[in-house]
Amino acid sequence: MKLLYFAWLRQKIGKAEETLDVPAHVKEVGQLLDWLESLGPNYATALKERKAVKVAVNQDYVGLTHPVKAGDEVALFPPVTGG
Amino acid sequence: MTVRVQTQDFDVGAELQQLSAGNHQIGGVASFVGLVRDIAPEGSGASSSMTLEHYPGMTEKRLAEIEAEAQRRWPLAATLIIHRHGRLEPGDRIVLVATASSHREAALESCAFLIDWLKTEAPFWKLEDGPEGPRWVEAKSSDDARKAAWKK
Repeated sequence: MKLLYFAWLRQKIGKAEETLDVPAHVKEVGQLLDWLESLGPNYATALKERKAVKVAVNQDYVGLTHPVKAGDEVALFPPVTGG
Repeated sequence: MTVRVQTQDFDVGAELQQLSAGNHQIGGVASFVGLVRDIAPEGSGASSSMTLEHYPGMTEKRLAEIEAEAQRRWPLAATLIIHRHGRLEPGDRIVLVATASSHREAALESCAFLIDWLKTEAPFWKLEDGPEGPRWVEAKSSDDARKAAWKK
């Protein structure tokens, strides 16, 4: 699974992207966030405020119960501030 | 029906000229230009630059979807969205939204719709240079409210 991080999530996690082998029990976005939190203090800090974390799977906005699978592009980022 | 995401500046006059060129059914062109506002205190001598980050791929996709939604809602002859990213200084142009239609109502309303939706949907993030160092701009709930007001 390809993970992408933007804005302060990128800074807190310490990288812009990575490819991870996600365990089989991770089937939804919410479970993915829980698992990422367990990877280290940088992830835990970045994902602490769940309300401030938006998720896109394959470049579409999704909710916490959206399915995720190997090969997906999953992006985590704060609420957008363009325009 | 054009979406461009780029670092370089754009020429508003030339873009608007191009938008309606050759189509004499167009009776009106509406446009919105967003600029970098200087948030440094007046007289402080400081100036607030910013850096715009975005999600290449998703940005273009979302902007095209927003544009398609405007097309569904209004009879539009042409639309244009240009959004810059990278480092920008106060006064720099950030975004251009332009719509063209036979009549002004569709052009004006769809232009407002596009910028309201763009602000809450397109994956851009502003990092402002403040007096205490760089700071990520927080999303405003008033922007969500403006977007929600377009729900029909």
